[in-house]
Amino acid sequence: MLLAIDTSAGTSVAVVDRDGGVLSERSVADTRRHAEVIGRLIEECLAEADVTRASLSGVAAGMGPGPFTGLRVGIAAARVFALGLGKPLVPVVSHDAIAFSRFSHVDQLSAADARQAPGLLVVTDARRREVYWSAYSGQDEDGLPVRTDGPALSRPAALDEQSFGHAGLLRLDAATVPAGALGMVAELTFAAGHPFPADEPLYLRSPDVTLSAGPKRVSS
Amino acid sequence: MNTAEPLVLGIETSCDETGIGIVRGTRLLSNTIASSMEEHARYGGVVPEVAARAHLEEMVPAITAAVAEAGISLDDLDAIAVTSGPGLAGALMVGVGAAKALAVALDKPIYAVNHLVGHVGADLLRVSGQRADSLGADAQGDGEVEQDEPLEYPTIALLVSGGHTSLLLVRDLVSDVELLGETIDDAAGEAFDKVARVLGLPYPGGPQIDRAAEGGDPRAIRFPRGLSKPKDLVNHRYDFSFSGLKTAVARWVEQRQDAGEPVPRADVAASFREAVVDILLTKAVAACSDLGVPRLLLGGGVVANRRLRALAALRTDAAGITLRIPPLPLCTDNGAMIAALGAQLIMAGHAPSTLDFGADSTLPVTDIQV
Ligand SMILES: [Zn+2]
Repeated sequence: MLLAIDTSAGTSVAVVDRDGGVLSERSVADTRRHAEVIGRLIEECLAEADVTRASLSGVAAGMGPGPFTGLRVGIAAARVFALGLGKPLVPVVSHDAIAFSRFSHVDQLSAADARQAPGLLVVTDARRREVYWSAYSGQDEDGLPVRTDGPALSRPAALDEQSFGHAGLLRLDAATVPAGALGMVAELTFAAGHPFPADEPLYLRSPDVTLSAGPKRVSS
Repeated sequence: MNTAEPLVLGIETSCDETGIGIVRGTRLLSNTIASSMEEHARYGGVVPEVAARAHLEEMVPAITAAVAEAGISLDDLDAIAVTSGPGLAGALMVGVGAAKALAVALDKPIYAVNHLVGHVGADLLRVSGQRADSLGADAQGDGEVEQDEPLEYPTIALLVSGGHTSLLLVRDLVSDVELLGETIDDAAGEAFDKVARVLGLPYPGGPQIDRAAEGGDPRAIRFPRGLSKPKDLVNHRYDFSFSGLKTAVARWVEQRQDAGEPVPRADVAASFREAVVDILLTKAVAACSDLGVPRLLLGGGVVANRRLRALAALRTDAAGITLRIPPLPLCTDNGAMIAALGAQLIMAGHAPSTLDFGADSTLPVTDIQV
């Protein structure tokens, strides 16, 4: 059983179990209130799932990509919650949760529908007139999304250009990342014995600072 | 919860120091600080995004180190305290997110507190014999009072750093703090950084100016004292301004350079430093006299400046004011002062904060707890 936290878009928290699925999930779409809502959402999810902290086996953290300020709140919370419990942190690429959510949904449709959309291009807002994207070829035998490229950062127009290598994929623009799906990706990744991604925030941008060019002249 | 001597972990991330402190009542058990200052040096000042990224990376190692140094386990804690503001918004949010997660994970109460009031709370901390060495003998403040004497109220507090320059009237640490004045432009620490650049010295400017000023004549150049003219004193009696001073220093240096004359760096540094320290203490001592409060407490990173400490001792002595300076590692931004304030709130019977507070970059000093 895992607590899952993602703040790469809004704030989403869930408690998941590999067999029991998503036991509780709480999300706030507001992209400016991560620090305000994170504690309450965790508390509510634990209460609704009716699990003791000790019964959690780890904490799944959405590592992005996501705009910096909000993304950090969730990663800090996940890392420190794991430290508080003395349990491991399980990093997950946030786009994988979006793809997993979509593929699981397709599963419930007819097999024909599922075959029509074997691949997926997940696109999220990176602000400053840029987008984050990841390309997926489909699901593997464990039900996990197979990421073939990304996450990466582009101008929106670049995804429509002929030269873009994933132009043929079904495009999914997502404004939210469900922590329930994120937690299930973590559970299935662990069960399948696949490696986890690095415990590093996926900013995909350098801090934009200009190096000082020395003092400016004040006299005319 | 032990409300007589609560064991509190404090988290401070308002600027470029990731501070984790652990106290038991007024006893300091750990003051762990990870600074990203070196990363900012190449930019000539604190870059908020660089600071916030560093807080995220330092958070878990700093908590782990603090817990180990204090010789406790996280489960032993009675409460978590965290800086809610004022400070850099993105930096504060990392601490707030971490503190809330720790409080919920451990099922402990949380106290969201004011950074500036925390600087005053630092003075309450006492170090047991064992820990004194970790602060270092030369790191002790030059306060006239024995560190064992409790802080008396009311007191005037002058808090000076790269992020703030504030003059407070503290009637009671946990219930009654008033802002008398603050900088209307640059913080004093920022002025040191900017003038250091004018003189071709690296960041951070405070220690560089201090070194450059050695042997210089503080009366060589009469640089302006901001907001000290009679008309300024009407509306800005206890406010500060340092941007005009910085410009005056730059202009003076440029005139020398334009004339092809050498710049007497030691004199410029000493005269500039004297202008900053003079106006800070003139206003602080005036507040003590005007309000009939014979106590002055210094806090903030600029307290590391030797001239500030020396002149503060002289001026307060002359005015019959008792001067208090916490040990320097407790003057710079740190988590122990946040834990200390949290512990004071608990000991005074204040209820914990609810989980819904945020990071408030402009939190007024009257909001001691959020
Ligand atoms: Zn400070």
